[in-house]
Amino acid sequence: MKEDKTLLRVEGLSTHFMTEDGLAKAVQEVSLEINSGETFALVGESGCGKSVTALSIMRLVPDPPGKIVAGKIMFRGRNLLELSDRQMRRIRGNRIAMIFQEPMTSLNPVYTVGNQIVEAIRLHQKRSESEAWALATEMLGTVGIPDPEQRVTEYPHQMSGGMRQRVMVAMAVSCNPTLLIADEPTTALDVTIQAQILDLLDGLQKQNGMSILLITHDLGIVAERAEDVAVMYASRIVEVADCETLFAEPLHPYTEGLLKSVPRLGFAGERLYTIPGTVPEPLGFPSGCKFHPRCPIGAGDKRCQNDEPQLRQVGDGRCVACWYARGYETEAERNEYESKYGKHERISSQG
Amino acid sequence: MTAYIIRRLLYTIPIVFGVLLLTFVLFTLVGGDISLEIAGKNATPETIEEIREEYGFNKPLFLSWDSQFINHFKSALTFDFGRALDREPVLDKIKRGVGPSLALTVPMFFGVVIISVSLALVVAFVRGTVWDMLVVLICVAGMSIPYLSFILFGQYFLAYKWGLFPVFFSPDLAMASYVALPVLIGIVTGLGGNLRFYRTVMLDEMRNDYVRTAFAKGLNTRRVLFKHVLKNAMIPIITRVVLAIPFLFLGSLLLERFFGIPGLGYLMVEAIGSRDYFVINAMTYISAILFVIFNVITDICYALVDPRVSFD
Repeated sequence: MKEDKTLLRVEGLSTHFMTEDGLAKAVQEVSLEINSGETFALVGESGCGKSVTALSIMRLVPDPPGKIVAGKIMFRGRNLLELSDRQMRRIRGNRIAMIFQEPMTSLNPVYTVGNQIVEAIRLHQKRSESEAWALATEMLGTVGIPDPEQRVTEYPHQMSGGMRQRVMVAMAVSCNPTLLIADEPTTALDVTIQAQILDLLDGLQKQNGMSILLITHDLGIVAERAEDVAVMYASRIVEVADCETLFAEPLHPYTEGLLKSVPRLGFAGERLYTIPGTVPEPLGFPSGCKFHPRCPIGAGDKRCQNDEPQLRQVGDGRCVACWYARGYETEAERNEYESKYGKHERISSQG
Repeated sequence: MTAYIIRRLLYTIPIVFGVLLLTFVLFTLVGGDISLEIAGKNATPETIEEIREEYGFNKPLFLSWDSQFINHFKSALTFDFGRALDREPVLDKIKRGVGPSLALTVPMFFGVVIISVSLALVVAFVRGTVWDMLVVLICVAGMSIPYLSFILFGQYFLAYKWGLFPVFFSPDLAMASYVALPVLIGIVTGLGGNLRFYRTVMLDEMRNDYVRTAFAKGLNTRRVLFKHVLKNAMIPIITRVVLAIPFLFLGSLLLERFFGIPGLGYLMVEAIGSRDYFVINAMTYISAILFVIFNVITDICYALVDPRVSFD
């Protein structure tokens, strides 16, 4: 039953970059499952590997220096990593489409927006030039661009950032993808436009039932729009849960820290919580649990410093990677810990 | 668009005026007394005075309708540059040199541009691989070997030892025959720097976000390179290519000299050697005019290629 709902299943994905300074393990053993028609949010601070995960799914990681070194990306029963380049091109822009963070630069400045949308349509659909132009014009109308007949012949520089992002959305959904990857689609836009673009994505999702992988660092967006959430920290997923549960009862101390650092109405006067320290760079990841230097629980803990906890299921649809999360540690592990380091005071991360 | 071109041409008037003023000041005021040069070592004061009279060097510099500057100006506008030191009209000399010079530089120019732009696209296609590094290595090696080595190698081995080309110009040779080797050398030496430049242009262009968007649409690399990257890369390519055209008329100083080709480069070197003010003046002026014209052409090309540049 569950298999049928799953549109995309990423298993143990690792993407590394061979840089001049060494091997940067940007994404390590990431697994996630996106159901048909749902919005799945991938949350994390800048540089944690969210975008590389998305590019890996599209197989667009620049190679060299990047390389997908392990894992499976099962999309409708097929492993994308085993497809030929030709087969992958038939999926890109057609079944899986992507929109990017930088609307100002994501469109080619020397071609009209119509030309660029038509190019995508004609690549994947059997339509004549004029039918494709008609569809492109219609798509611009669908994404809420006024006067689409005029706009379709304009160049990107004649449009605002919000308009350009709408064009990107029009281009992405022009071939009715089943999965839309939106990589920080609103980060570069101002707040009122942000809401418009997200509403637009919601509307399109309701119309054609596509799934959305929403990559963001903005928990506010996640709370309103996503069904399931994965939290990423320093190249790994540290917690997965459905949205409500995650907000009500975070298991990982990092998730908890993130939630606490969101400003809320009605709490004026209090100092906003911040997670101490900074996100580690892929070339200088700490040993053990990568969050331990910033963690209120694990900072001084020998096991957190030495052994990295793997993502493990701890309840219905909930996964977490923290030794001290409720239900994570097995009896054997607890005994092993106590024989090595002595008794530990179990501190549950949730209230 | 016509209005744009006219406006751009009008802008060139003050530039040409500036060039004329500058050449006049440099040659007349800074360059020393030319009549002494013309008269030679043991000239009597009378001879010098005659020469001054003949060339008009005894006229006022600026403040008269018949001043030297006005005459300088007139001769430039009418393309009448007077006679060279050997009494041959300067314009005849230049006309005679244009043919051999262009026969040398035009094939060289097209050879270099076509080969290096297309190779740059191929290299951008295989960027980061051994082939890419090999090409860069060969380019750097080609740029590091002195120009003269190529000439000597070509003349000694290709021409003298193996007899593939004539070693030197001779009046009874067909033009195609005596320019062949210098053209080949020009292309080989020009490739290194140009290929590296165009490769950098392509690679810079490929780092842009729109390239990722194009790939995300499902386009193949060939389409991305030829449709999306090439048109954007045209902007720096046009700058380099179009602005190189005026220099074609100047010929190639070194190649013409070494192969004895009677082109404009040769003429220029000779004129500088014998301080032939009239030839140098004419050549400087003509190159300046060509440069200004091709600048305008470059601007028009920009507007044709890049929609962000408007004709307004």
